[in-house]
Amino acid sequence: MGRKLLLDNLEYPEIKTFAGYCNKGGYESLKKALKMKPEEVQAEVQKSGLRGRGGAGFPAGMKWSFIAKPEGVPRYFVCNADESEPGTFKDRYLMEHKPHILIEGMIIASYALGATTAYIYIRGELMYIYHILQKAIEEAYQAGFLGKNILGCGFDLDLHIHCGAGAYICGEETALLESLEGKRGNPRIKPPFPAIKGLWGCPTVVNNVETIAAVVPIIRISGDEYAKIGVGKSTGTKLISASGHINKPGVYEIELGVPVEEFIYSDEYCGGIKNGKKLKAVVAGGSSVPILPSHLILKTADGAPRLMTYESLADGGFATGTMLGSGGFIVMDESTSIVKHLWNFSRFYHHESCGQCSPCREGTGWMEQILHKIVNGKGEMRHIDLLWDIQGKIEGKTICPFGDAAAWPVASTIRHFRSEFEEYIRNGEHNRDVKHYYRLNNLQEI
Amino acid sequence: MNETKEIQFSDEALALIAKITKHYPEGKEKSTILPVLHLAQAEFDGWLSPQVMDYVASLLKVQPIEVYEVATFYTMFNMQPVGKCVIEVCHTGPCWLMGAEDIVHYIENKLGIKKGETTADGMFTLKTVECLASCGTAPMMQIGETYHENLTLEKVDSVLDDCRKADIRRSHWEKEKIKS
Amino acid sequence: MAKVTIDGYTIEVPEGTTIVDAARMIGGEIVPPTMCYYSKLETSGGYCRSCLVKVTKGSEKDPRPMPKLVASCRQTVMDGMVVENITSKEVLEAREGVVEFLLFNHPLDCPVCDQAGECDLQDLSYEHGTEKTRQEFRRRTFPMRDIGDQIKLHMNRCIMCYRCVKVGEQLAPTRVHGVLNRGYMSEISTYIQNNIDQEWSGNMIDVCPVGALTDKTFRFKSRVWFTKPLDAHRDCDTCCGKAAVWVSGDDIIRVTVRRDPYGEVEYMEDGKPGWICNTCRFEKKKLSDWVIEQPRHIDRHSVIAQNHYEELRKLKQDLSRQKEIFEKSHKDQ
Repeated sequence: MGRKLLLDNLEYPEIKTFAGYCNKGGYESLKKALKMKPEEVQAEVQKSGLRGRGGAGFPAGMKWSFIAKPEGVPRYFVCNADESEPGTFKDRYLMEHKPHILIEGMIIASYALGATTAYIYIRGELMYIYHILQKAIEEAYQAGFLGKNILGCGFDLDLHIHCGAGAYICGEETALLESLEGKRGNPRIKPPFPAIKGLWGCPTVVNNVETIAAVVPIIRISGDEYAKIGVGKSTGTKLISASGHINKPGVYEIELGVPVEEFIYSDEYCGGIKNGKKLKAVVAGGSSVPILPSHLILKTADGAPRLMTYESLADGGFATGTMLGSGGFIVMDESTSIVKHLWNFSRFYHHESCGQCSPCREGTGWMEQILHKIVNGKGEMRHIDLLWDIQGKIEGKTICPFGDAAAWPVASTIRHFRSEFEEYIRNGEHNRDVKHYYRLNNLQEI
Repeated sequence: MNETKEIQFSDEALALIAKITKHYPEGKEKSTILPVLHLAQAEFDGWLSPQVMDYVASLLKVQPIEVYEVATFYTMFNMQPVGKCVIEVCHTGPCWLMGAEDIVHYIENKLGIKKGETTADGMFTLKTVECLASCGTAPMMQIGETYHENLTLEKVDSVLDDCRKADIRRSHWEKEKIKS
Repeated sequence: MAKVTIDGYTIEVPEGTTIVDAARMIGGEIVPPTMCYYSKLETSGGYCRSCLVKVTKGSEKDPRPMPKLVASCRQTVMDGMVVENITSKEVLEAREGVVEFLLFNHPLDCPVCDQAGECDLQDLSYEHGTEKTRQEFRRRTFPMRDIGDQIKLHMNRCIMCYRCVKVGEQLAPTRVHGVLNRGYMSEISTYIQNNIDQEWSGNMIDVCPVGALTDKTFRFKSRVWFTKPLDAHRDCDTCCGKAAVWVSGDDIIRVTVRRDPYGEVEYMEDGKPGWICNTCRFEKKKLSDWVIEQPRHIDRHSVIAQNHYEELRKLKQDLSRQKEIFEKSHKDQ
């Protein structure tokens, strides 16, 4: 059994409430942190080696250290709770079951950064979580953990929730800030980075829910202790959202370094593939990261067992590796059509592109149309190379990482499953299946 | 939408807007566009007509185009009239793997409408949406604020029957209004 | 001051200058093409990605190359920066991709488009595109709209450069048009039949790099290369009154701002951009309304220049003819 730092005490239903959370040692980290200097809190986080849990894996302590501190300018701290990456649902789970750990983390982080106003940007669809958090915030205010002069240490903090309204792109931090300012969620051109010019032009740090929550155990057990968990630069525990064709889908807290094979097949985690089928492919870190076939997800190209760490999953680069991303672990069994699956993701990216810059606006639509055609039984062999070419012309050419996120699934699927595309394009059997599929779903053929 | 009806927020809603406005620094009232549009949608028949958006613009003292720009960007805002009960079925990635398309198809047949359409009695609107962060409990659909997860065809039946019986549109801001 | 090298040419420019502006100071073929950047409009640029360049050395202090191609219209120079534009294969490939994306849903209706001959997208695709298209799908279409009495919006041709939105924001007292919807279906619109009838709105026709916004008083009257552009001015209370008038026969059929070789409005003597008001643009269509200065020097849009200024002799001829027209029109009144 791995150590639980975020999802501990979940068997205790009262943990959702303020009283229950406090009974299990809640808000002790806050009290401890407020006795430290802000720099010391920052140093603990830096020592812990905590990396951003939203997907990019950038060291959180380093991100905090970039914040500009001009005189007389307010600083803001923003929580990114716009969890919309297909395959990822850990933040929702954490906020639903332990709302106070997020609030506590927010207060500690704001204190460390010298922010006196903080926002939780939650996606609009999660309105029921909004009510849970709103209640938690009110309780924290009543307890004197928020508001003026928190616990008598002279630190003021106001915490508000801001609801989005349905846009995946708002998970990108600058788009999130635009949305928070009441605008369209168009990502900003960087530099300047939010740490210099963020919300309303003021220095701002944006962190993912899980990152912020992880600050609480880090302060409790110390950064050094936290860094002992995990492997190498992948320290601590990570929430993994497991979904797809597995026996036990759900959110698991793992110590980074668990072998992928163990994660998929052990009863402690996913419990193996549903209906005793064989594993075909895994998207290991949310829809954006490259898909890997079974032989490459369980072992690296060198034959070493693949571990659930940032480094091990990325081993081999994009040729044979993938990324830990946000920890959205989607498992596909042998019956899955990879081509249809890719079309499904492509449709998602087409739908969610903000339309600001041309490669992404036009390219995501183009890729979807081609995949639509292939799925529809009208594909040609040249379409495979065309897709490959288009994704190459999107990747790295856009304002924000969305372009990469839309390109990588296409590239990796072609890289590892080219034969399946070819078979799909050639095979009449598939086409009948497709016709049925289209009739079933009332989709129009192009 | 009754064109002659005067568009005016209720007093509770106005009080809530005043409260929300205080969340943002002075001069940054534009930030309230999203929450106020959510509220407007809940108050005015579940969709944003041009008149409603103009009203929101005048209330927040911004240009109408700024409201149109924002409202059309986000998928949660309905730019066309909808039924009392909006069924949003997730059809992305994991939900798709677990049979979301079957659920959509089933609801379409059951209600006699296609995706994006509203039943003749104005009760249900069926939409498909992108990932709702409920991949581990797929397939799923959202009605109002509530997530209905691990769907089976039987479960869909019972949920829709409940909706019909209760005859409600569960709006996220309703509870909020009662509280404030 | 910062020293920057672009395709082997080194120049010293003030700190905060963008790579594009530095390249324009050097001039010539090393200037990255820009479709959305407009130096006289704040916060413009960054959207179209046609100006992507490779930075092989970040600066003297931090010589590491930048990992991705950067938008040269938004990236400011650093001392010691080394930039590759047309000398980089990667850049040219990326640009070819951008052209393809921009043309993907473009109607390619140049034969009936008023912008033909002075269209930045035509130039860009000629210089950086391929001769073949791989588009095999139905193109995205939008209904054609009138926005205001004088401006036609042909959304199918739009490349979403946001320049007209910036004009609305920065020149007009209030902005009544903007970008609606999202992603693939995003469009420039007023949403409901809001007319744009502000004093400066006509300038959005001039900033539009393609034929999406056209002057209704000029539509289908002539091809630009059949008209004679002249520098002219008049006394105007609203704007600088300095414009380019486009003459066909004895009539002014169009009035525009004076554009520099990069398609941008020229700075006037007072150091301000020479935007013109709608009165000058749409209502002053008689030669007697204007004082003609000289033939407009056209050097970028070759199709216009070649027809009229190929030979000096012809140019002189044109000039005398214009004088004649001018005198005649004044005499008639």
